[in-house]
Amino acid sequence: MAIITYRQAIKDALAEEITRDESVFMMGEEVAQYNGAYKVTEGLWERFGDKRLVDAPISEAGFIGLGIGAAMMGLRPVIEMMFFSFVYVAWDQAVNNASSIRYMSGGLINIPLVIRGPANGGTNVGATHSHTPENMVANFPGLKVVAPCTAADAKGLMKAAIRDNDPVFVMESTILYGEESEVPDDPDFIIPLGKADIKRAGTDLTIVGHGRSVLVALKAAKELKDKHGIDAEVVDLRSIRPLDEATILKSVKKTNRVLVVDENKPYCGVGAQISHLVQRKAFDYLDGPVHRLSAVDAPAIYSPPLEKIQLPSDRDIIREVELMFNINA
Amino acid sequence: MTTKKTAKKTPAKKKPAAKSAEKSAPAASRSSKAAAPYADAPINQALTNDDKIAALVSMVRIRKFEQAALQAYQKGKMGGFLHLYIGQEATAVGTVGQLGDDDHVITAYRDHGHALVVGMSMNECMAELYGKYTGCSKGKGGSMHYFAPDKNYWGGHGIVGGQIPLGLGIAYALKYKGKKGCCFAFMGDGAVNQGPVHEAMNLAGLWDIPVIFVIENNKYSMGTSQERSSVYPKEGLAARADAYNIVWDQISGENLYEVRAKTRVAMERAHNESRPTVLEIATYRYYGHSIADANHQKYRTKEEILEYQQKRDPIMVWERYLKEEGVLTDEQAKEIDKKAKEEAKDAVRFAEESPFPPKEEILRDVYHSVDNPGTHSNEGEIFFNDRLPWN
Repeated sequence: MAIITYRQAIKDALAEEITRDESVFMMGEEVAQYNGAYKVTEGLWERFGDKRLVDAPISEAGFIGLGIGAAMMGLRPVIEMMFFSFVYVAWDQAVNNASSIRYMSGGLINIPLVIRGPANGGTNVGATHSHTPENMVANFPGLKVVAPCTAADAKGLMKAAIRDNDPVFVMESTILYGEESEVPDDPDFIIPLGKADIKRAGTDLTIVGHGRSVLVALKAAKELKDKHGIDAEVVDLRSIRPLDEATILKSVKKTNRVLVVDENKPYCGVGAQISHLVQRKAFDYLDGPVHRLSAVDAPAIYSPPLEKIQLPSDRDIIREVELMFNINA
Repeated sequence: MTTKKTAKKTPAKKKPAAKSAEKSAPAASRSSKAAAPYADAPINQALTNDDKIAALVSMVRIRKFEQAALQAYQKGKMGGFLHLYIGQEATAVGTVGQLGDDDHVITAYRDHGHALVVGMSMNECMAELYGKYTGCSKGKGGSMHYFAPDKNYWGGHGIVGGQIPLGLGIAYALKYKGKKGCCFAFMGDGAVNQGPVHEAMNLAGLWDIPVIFVIENNKYSMGTSQERSSVYPKEGLAARADAYNIVWDQISGENLYEVRAKTRVAMERAHNESRPTVLEIATYRYYGHSIADANHQKYRTKEEILEYQQKRDPIMVWERYLKEEGVLTDEQAKEIDKKAKEEAKDAVRFAEESPFPPKEEILRDVYHSVDNPGTHSNEGEIFFNDRLPWN
């Protein structure tokens, strides 16, 4: 086990898979000679050269489409979105083509493609650059979506995504790139897609989240224990589609209370799906309604102190749990 | 439906169209013996008489297949859209007909012609239109989404211009793997105004990708004429390629010899120099944008349609050349026509008699991981149906 950053973990995953499989290459804006806008690919171009690390012009539709075409031919392209917000200019390629071709060909064609990059708000870059499209991508049968929150998860899921024969969207976070945690050294360490992780065991309440919200929830859980003696279990989805329903339901049946937290917008967000699942399959186990915290339902505001308010904080989680438990704080 | 009437008014096979065909060919290409334009190109010189007949068969099969499909469509046998290729046959045969082992094809929704030329059977193509399980895509794609990757045929794509970056990627993969091949990326004249087409052209020019962008210019993007939808250099749409430092050429789609000759040049450029080409093939569709396009005589004149059908029809022109060369007799031509008609009729019967896909097929072919259990590191739920309609 080594303690490395989330950024380094992704870089290691990319380097290992590029080394392991001749068909893996990485393409995106400034991923090669510039070393990556967020330094995720730093040093990889020097190490692997032009064929495996390709700087693309600002043409997301062009190079995502290229990636799909190359994947149809059996290559394993990893396409970087400098920000996932930029995927919208390539929406037809990223979701329509990537999700439909296997199906429309009656299963004759596979698309082993990874599209990865940061998908988060909270960095004061305004509404156009702060999108979290994991819910939208997950709405397309044919696509898979993961959103890791720790270095180990980032590495294990990235490797699983690259080895997968279906298109996988790996949604990272610029805020997490510098976070350090333990990562196994095994070059074949992978985390299966669709496997949630209990980041904190507890008995009184289940907090379900994904991405950075999980870390916020862990912080809140500690304070809930210290302040109110409430022992929260924190379930990190890690993967949005496929989804580990069993782990969520098992936790809910144990704690009987659920709070869903994410940085997605509320309307048709990931939390809405989780909430439906819980009421549909664990209704009799619930001691109260499912609660939900999402980003405040407006475009991401620029003003730094206000954007902080817009995303769910540990304070927001604690307050919501106090409401769930009828605690007058 | 008016479209049917105009189709029936096409007995013009005997009527010579020498003038219009020759008009469209540059003088330099004519041989001293007044052979058909571009007949003397090396790729055409290499054709045996049998090859020439086979090319005719190929074009006639497309037409008969689609005429049969049209009839079935009008009887309500199939859903969705039906975009007919009739009138454009020399384009598919002249380009896709030259495919080598490492040459690939991707096209838009007017895809039946290219499919038959790569060797897909009328049966599987007709059954796909019917939404039957025996269709090339098991009834999951329909008219716009034929696929046969084993024959280097990558679709069949419904969104205008959306397939062009994929074609670029296919050619990119060929280069990545060190193959001496190319990918034909077909589009209509309407697609040249889609952003991803230009992104793909820029990338192809920038990175030396062996892709051949083929604009099948049938003059109308849906119901809007080229003049009303595009600005372009006076030389034509293909000249836009200059902006991407890509060599371009224009081709008369009436003359199979010309399509073959100029396509060959582009293929050699791709194979030997790994450079892209833009080809603009002037062609014409006799029917509307799709069969649902009942107004197709409002945005173009009946006379214009007749001019193409009676004087510039690619099958008629090719038959004339072959007869002039003494390669084809009237009887042979009739026989080819009859056989193709019978084959199409058989395909209709095959499609009629084939079963629809079983309902479980709705959930198959969505994910490789689901269809191939044990091969992926995947867990959890991937479909989110509270209850399936059949459970």
